[in-house]
Amino acid sequence: MTSHETTDRGAHGGVTPGHYYGHGLPYLPLADYPGRIIAIEGTDGVGRSTQIRLLREWLEVRGYGVIETGWTRSPLMQPTIDLAKSSNTLNKLTFVLLYACDFADRLEKEIIPALRAGFIVLADRYIYTAIARAGVRGVDSQWIRRLYGFAIAPHLVFYLKIDPEALARRVLESSGISYWEAGMDMKAGGDIYDSFRTYQRQLLREYAAMADEFGFRVLDGRKSIKSIQDELRRQIGEFLEEDHLIAPTRATP
Amino acid sequence: MLDTLASPHAYPGRLFVVEGIDGSGKSTQLSLLAKWLAASGYRVFVTEWNSSALVKAATKTGKKKAALTPMTFSLLHATDFADRQLYNIIPPLKAGMIVLADRYAYTAFARDVARGVDRQWVRDLYSFAVRPDMAVYFRVPIDVSVDRLLARRVKLKFYEAGLDMGWSSNPTESFRIFQGRVLDEYDRIVDEYELQVLDARGSITEQQRAFRALVSANLEQTQG
Repeated sequence: MTSHETTDRGAHGGVTPGHYYGHGLPYLPLADYPGRIIAIEGTDGVGRSTQIRLLREWLEVRGYGVIETGWTRSPLMQPTIDLAKSSNTLNKLTFVLLYACDFADRLEKEIIPALRAGFIVLADRYIYTAIARAGVRGVDSQWIRRLYGFAIAPHLVFYLKIDPEALARRVLESSGISYWEAGMDMKAGGDIYDSFRTYQRQLLREYAAMADEFGFRVLDGRKSIKSIQDELRRQIGEFLEEDHLIAPTRATP
Repeated sequence: MLDTLASPHAYPGRLFVVEGIDGSGKSTQLSLLAKWLAASGYRVFVTEWNSSALVKAATKTGKKKAALTPMTFSLLHATDFADRQLYNIIPPLKAGMIVLADRYAYTAFARDVARGVDRQWVRDLYSFAVRPDMAVYFRVPIDVSVDRLLARRVKLKFYEAGLDMGWSSNPTESFRIFQGRVLDEYDRIVDEYELQVLDARGSITEQQRAFRALVSANLEQTQG
């Protein structure tokens, strides 16, 4: 299409962690930064935020600098996304693009500076949530992967997997099912419980399809908070042990 | 990948696009064209770049605080475009109207790349855009565009002058550097997407005559 074309990797797996998945930001070339990205993925209500809070505590006690980043939390985009959601004017492409813009803002202003400074970035969801949601809504899968070519491949991606029935019980016990979590914008039917189950089942299929592609470490999201946390710590501990770029401050005995 | 920008659309309406740097006179040309088409009995709908209500808040906040990066700038404009394509471009095309677009995806290809966004990435991004029946590029040298803009307004706008890039703190100088790069990108786009080029140095009437001739010729063709 154009003369400059680099190798077209799209945004498939097999990319070295810490590098762009595809066509990155030419004005922000990446070096071997000392920081690390650990992403926790999984559908709403699976307990990501709790796990991240516990992980942060654990990592900080061990002397690692930690920052958290999460979907739609960029100061630039949050008001617009909230407004668009509440007024129900989003269509599938604007939905996808607003999220991508939010991600780009956080990538450039939070994630890359943190990597440069040697922080561990705990990402509460990463691009995979956006890809899964777009997939369910019928957005071209190759298009969205190329769109997120500017994302940096995380060093570790954990996927908390749960079946829709267990998830429904858990969500009902806590906050209740929300309009968006039930995919009601897709107008599959009036019943929110049925819509929730159908939507979450479709999301699960999308996540499952990405597991190999992006090298997810799959954890059983039905287990207790503690046993999930133990497993996360074991795997992260192992990863950091072998990592020479980033080292914790050792406490003097 | 679905690439609608690469193949002709099948809607009964027509989509005509004007492109060019600030000060090329393309908006003047488009509004004269709209008058003529309406007077000739066509139903016309005009849509402008970056005009959807959806992203207005974010663009405004970002611009005011000069908080936009080349990438968020690019993605916000793509969001605006996606919104307008759904509400303002496809419906009138389906209704058999003539849609006139003041700037189109090519503006993103020129500006975003001039700001340092990846050339192929932005083309992939806009691959969902409807391919125009004709896109006319009003080509003008930098000096002419600067003279026109300065004659009309006191101050060049921050992003329009590319001041976010930090190439020069002098707005006019920065504008020259930035728009110079934009012109280079347009030259590439003209061949790649078969844009019709009109010399925008001529008089308004002269340009309008040439523009109308191009549009007439297109309207006489039966859609394939």
